[in-house]
Amino acid sequence: MDKILEVDKVYKYFGGVKANENISLTVEEGSIVGLIGPNGSGKTTLFNSIVGTHPIDRGSINFDGKEVSALPVPVVAKLGLLRTFQQTRIYGKLNCVQNMLISSKPEKDNIFTVFAKIPEELTAKAGNLLNFVGLYQKRKLRAGDLSFGQQKLLELAMALMNEPKMLLLDEPTAGINPTLINGIIDRLIRVNKEFSITLLVIEHNMRVIMNLAQKIFCLAHGKLLAEGTPEQIKNDKRVIDAYLGAQ
Amino acid sequence: MRKNNLFIYGLILVLGIAAPFLFPAYKLQISFMWILVVLALTWDVQGGQMGYNSFGNILFFGIGMYICAGVQIGLFFPLAEWTASGGEKTFIHTPSQYFQGLFVGLILSGVVPAIVAALIGYGILGLRGQYFAICTLGLGIAAGEIASGIELIGAGQGMTAPPWPKGIGGTELRSQFFYYLCFVLMVVTFIFLKWAYQTRFGLVLNAIRDNEDKAEAMGIHTMRYKIIGWVVSAFFLGIAGGLMGSMIGYIEPVEIAFAGATYGVFMVLMAILGGKGTLWGPVIGAMAFHILKEGFWTFFLGWQYVALGALIVIIVVFFPEGIMGSLREKYPERFGEVVDEADRKAQVELK
Repeated sequence: MDKILEVDKVYKYFGGVKANENISLTVEEGSIVGLIGPNGSGKTTLFNSIVGTHPIDRGSINFDGKEVSALPVPVVAKLGLLRTFQQTRIYGKLNCVQNMLISSKPEKDNIFTVFAKIPEELTAKAGNLLNFVGLYQKRKLRAGDLSFGQQKLLELAMALMNEPKMLLLDEPTAGINPTLINGIIDRLIRVNKEFSITLLVIEHNMRVIMNLAQKIFCLAHGKLLAEGTPEQIKNDKRVIDAYLGAQ
Repeated sequence: MRKNNLFIYGLILVLGIAAPFLFPAYKLQISFMWILVVLALTWDVQGGQMGYNSFGNILFFGIGMYICAGVQIGLFFPLAEWTASGGEKTFIHTPSQYFQGLFVGLILSGVVPAIVAALIGYGILGLRGQYFAICTLGLGIAAGEIASGIELIGAGQGMTAPPWPKGIGGTELRSQFFYYLCFVLMVVTFIFLKWAYQTRFGLVLNAIRDNEDKAEAMGIHTMRYKIIGWVVSAFFLGIAGGLMGSMIGYIEPVEIAFAGATYGVFMVLMAILGGKGTLWGPVIGAMAFHILKEGFWTFFLGWQYVALGALIVIIVVFFPEGIMGSLREKYPERFGEVVDEADRKAQVELK
């Protein structure tokens, strides 16, 4: 399989804080990859570096055959690399359908399409995707009035509306009730299989990530601690020590 | 519902056209009211729809005012002599000169502020929240001070706009002429914004207001939309300024053209009173505000600013979302916020 994302020896310091040190990881196209690590181990920083929120100090990030480490966020997003946020970010005062419409990638995007009409068929597509995440009935409500879990689902649907090649999900199941978590796992697997979108998932819930991912990377103190299949990670003594503290 | 809307629009049009004959004594007041509606509508593009509170939009109003009068004079007569010597006595516009000049002047009074907005916007629309607000607060004040120092446009003394040409009808015709210009400007601005808010432009502005980082993360060039939003607003605001200058007939830098303390604040208040971020809010807000304000000036003379202050406090404390916003909070279902109970087994496809 082709590598869709290659992170090579990336460094990111914030003053004296070494958020990411010498991180290298690869994600193969069409796979689901997990990224775990204790709080403050640099997972979200790595996400930010990949999508271009802040520049990296050293190293290279290659997405779909293109160097993206110096590109700004909107450009990276247009290449098909999208992220969701740990704290959901939705457009609170717009209703769900509008949230979806604004997330679709316009065919042409230049100064003359600023006043372009929103195509009719997008509304149907938005309806289908909202139905996919189970929010169709609430599509006319303001997104800000939805519960936290529903907002996470909406954010996932918005990302799908953009038809990305790869999605970076920052804790998709945090703050969601246990019954809904199964629904989310199921949907993420379908996103991966049916829409063939590569997923890189930050997750603290071990049950979720072990069921979901084919390969897992573990960070600790800004460094890459271990990588391997869920089985290998589960039995890796360094990982257990990092999470629970060494004896 | 649709039929209902048509009826309301028709009624407003008919009332607007008939108003000078129905209330001849209030012609000038109603003209000012339409201008105020334009002020509120254009402010709402930033403050309401986009979430960028601008206190500097008065800049475009003033530029439009000076450009319109300056062009109308400068096309036919030397502008410097006009402003230096009270030129309206020496140089007389013929009717055709007057209207040609006004036509060109009004167009330029929209175009020039739009260009200025694009240039300034490129520089400062990267600022967010209160930083943007403070930065724009300086714009209007600086413009007033700069205009007070330019001799060509009369400096601190101000300049007169060309007086209504003689021989084609008196002040009655003049006030009717300007009434209809103001009304047409208001209608065109409203229709343009109503259309624009239904396009991608409107959605993106709202997205910027609700979460700009997210909009960027989804691949939207927010800067482009922010600048165009400001340009649109400056264009209509500039024309409103040009009209206002011609209507009053006298342009003074700090009290009339760059009147940040009056019109600059009024436009914010009107949009908030009506409900910012809605299409109708600024319209309703501006009309209500104008009527209240004139009432205060008539019945509480001497205390009018106290009454206005009390009104501001009442708006901010009791109607922070404005008239339309409060209605929406109270009757969300009337605004289409309903849970659709019918289930749907749709096929999920990505394409």
